[in-house]
Amino acid sequence: MSELFYDAAPNATRVAPDRPGPRTYPEKPAEVTLFGTCVMDLFYPEAGLDAIRLLEREGIRVHFPQEQSCCGQPAWTSGYVKETREVARAQLDLLDNGLPVVVPSGSCAGMFREHYPEVFADEPDTLKRVADLAERTYELTEFLLHVCKVQWQDLGQPTQVALHTSCSARREMNTHLHARELLGKLDKVERLDHDHESECCGFGGTFSVRMPEVSGAMVLDKTRALRESGAAEMVTADGGCLMNINGSLDKQKQSFRGRHLASFLWERVSGEVQS
Amino acid sequence: MSQRIPITELTDSFRGRAKEALEDGQLRTNFRVAMDSLMRKRADAFPDEEEREGLRELGNRIKAGALSRLPDLLEQLETRLTENGVKVHWAETTEEANQIVHGIIKSKQGSQVVKGKSMVSEEMEMNDFLAERHIECLESDMGEYIVQLDGEKPSHIIMPAIHKNRRQVSKLFHDKLGVEETDDVNELIRIGRRTLRTEFMEADVGVSGVNFAIAETGTLLLVENEGNGRMSTTAPPVHVAVTGIEKVVENLRDVVPLVSLLTRSALGQPITTYVNMISGPRKPDELDGPEEVHLVLLDNGRSDAFADAQMRQTLNCIRCGACMNHCPVYTRVGGHTYGEVYPGPIGKIITPHMVGLHQVPEHPSASSLCGACGEVCPVKIPIPELLQRLRQENVKSPAEHPKVDGGAKYSRKERAVWRIWVALNTRPGLYKLFLWAATRFGKLTPKNVGPWTENHTAPVPARRSLHDLARDHLSSQQKQGGQS
Repeated sequence: MSELFYDAAPNATRVAPDRPGPRTYPEKPAEVTLFGTCVMDLFYPEAGLDAIRLLEREGIRVHFPQEQSCCGQPAWTSGYVKETREVARAQLDLLDNGLPVVVPSGSCAGMFREHYPEVFADEPDTLKRVADLAERTYELTEFLLHVCKVQWQDLGQPTQVALHTSCSARREMNTHLHARELLGKLDKVERLDHDHESECCGFGGTFSVRMPEVSGAMVLDKTRALRESGAAEMVTADGGCLMNINGSLDKQKQSFRGRHLASFLWERVSGEVQS
Repeated sequence: MSQRIPITELTDSFRGRAKEALEDGQLRTNFRVAMDSLMRKRADAFPDEEEREGLRELGNRIKAGALSRLPDLLEQLETRLTENGVKVHWAETTEEANQIVHGIIKSKQGSQVVKGKSMVSEEMEMNDFLAERHIECLESDMGEYIVQLDGEKPSHIIMPAIHKNRRQVSKLFHDKLGVEETDDVNELIRIGRRTLRTEFMEADVGVSGVNFAIAETGTLLLVENEGNGRMSTTAPPVHVAVTGIEKVVENLRDVVPLVSLLTRSALGQPITTYVNMISGPRKPDELDGPEEVHLVLLDNGRSDAFADAQMRQTLNCIRCGACMNHCPVYTRVGGHTYGEVYPGPIGKIITPHMVGLHQVPEHPSASSLCGACGEVCPVKIPIPELLQRLRQENVKSPAEHPKVDGGAKYSRKERAVWRIWVALNTRPGLYKLFLWAATRFGKLTPKNVGPWTENHTAPVPARRSLHDLARDHLSSQQKQGGQS
């Protein structure tokens, strides 16, 4: 029987990596780079601007390199490694200046931290730069909470919201915990749970167009759960989910809507109500 | 294969079957209710997160350790089992495995087989193979019995008939067994059991699966809740166990955490009602047990998975089904949609090695990569990562030598689209031109933009991009900063 196995490298067996310990956070820096993400760039630019305002409010100077584009996730999840690598390398070169990188999207931040090491697995030299970028990358809510240690005064009217976190944000970046804690700092905001809260909204990037029937069933369930939570609106820190959920609500002609957490937070702490 | 086929013609595909399943309200309710209950049970069975995570890490190490010594352990297993009086057979293909089983039955002039639950026997399509040779197999696991009675395949690896509710089972029993319809689950089980009880005594051969094959002691371990496993392996004069080569573990000590992980992850049970440890046929001074015990060890693509460092992790699987219980796709479309023996996330990553990825090219894409499966896997198989890997093999051109028999989704057109995407996202000038055009002409976005608009209204780009807003905002901030 064992002749079947002579081809295999004997030590090729992989062991799951140890659980990472809690992330240690640096002191609040003077400057950061904002990586805006391609979805926010085109569809939710105001939310990106609100993220910048929230950071500036903490006394941080924000850079927005005009050469930035996409983290590469769409090609990566579609199986196009070479194409991902080319786009990822462009971002890596651009962000290679030692500044902390703040990303208003858990899945793009997760792409930098969790998947760039896989994308560049064959390039030992690049991996050092990848590790350095991972170390400096923060999802927006994580950065506001743990690095800026924000202390906010809630200037808005009493309201109730439902929170949706993207799956990669939840599983790779713990965004659900950070976002909950941030919302908890606003004393006139009550966060309401919704049914199957941790379940995927059905977006999954290209999944939503490759499997529209299954994806559609998922987003219908998600939007129903959100509406039935009793909340006035949904907030999320991920542009992809937001596009999926709001696009579906619009198609259903529902009045309930979601918006990016950055916009919600900015409205609460600045007192500026957006149109 | 690369040509896009309209859904109306996709009757024999994942998408086509998914569409049908999604329209079946009863099926959707059955799965949602059952999966919700299983998720709750698992959560309750692991109240301590720290303990759960420690145990998962241990489970991963035990299985990875056993796999790193797989050839040696299999030889040791064969030696010990032979010493114990168990006859060991090796099968590279399911055809070979079926012939071995058939040979054993024929040598005993047997015509009746009673089976405990075994997914490997499903993989072999043993019942059909034997039926063609005039040997009747009767499934003795209640769920398996129900699907057999209805001429179906299992829809879940642990609960084969989970797609049916009690009323559907009652109707089936009424139609097939001529008993009165009843809503009482216990009564339904009693009806099934009465029918099965006599079969155990009359069968010539009992067939079962194996949960863990222990190399050091030559023991076959089998967990079950109905007692049918014990009956199938002890009542008939011959017991034939069939299993995959990845089920071997080093010693009994390793089995303790693995059984705990298996039963808690699968059904939220601290341990199953029955834990059978089979270490040989009846000895001269013993009163019961089979006269002969055989073990058929099946490869069927597993050694190919073994030879690939990344895909080898699929062999960690202990078949608990937690990944399907937690999968938002499986929950909505059910097991039959996958069209293969092993459904759900685990099915998507092990089936390609058994049948070739070109047979199931849609499977890796039928996932939002939400990660729920990987999060609950008791032996920490990185399922999303492996789905990702299969997507890569799927789109490789022949010149790129796709592995696992991939390449079915290679399309020059799609590759060309991604090349344009690369150009756009690596050349800032071009990207800005794209932003400019999209924001300026965004209102012209057609109402129908393909599959997306089946579930959504078309997204309309903002009038100004974040690039523009950020540039203006930051330069005005800088001016203000300069004045103060």
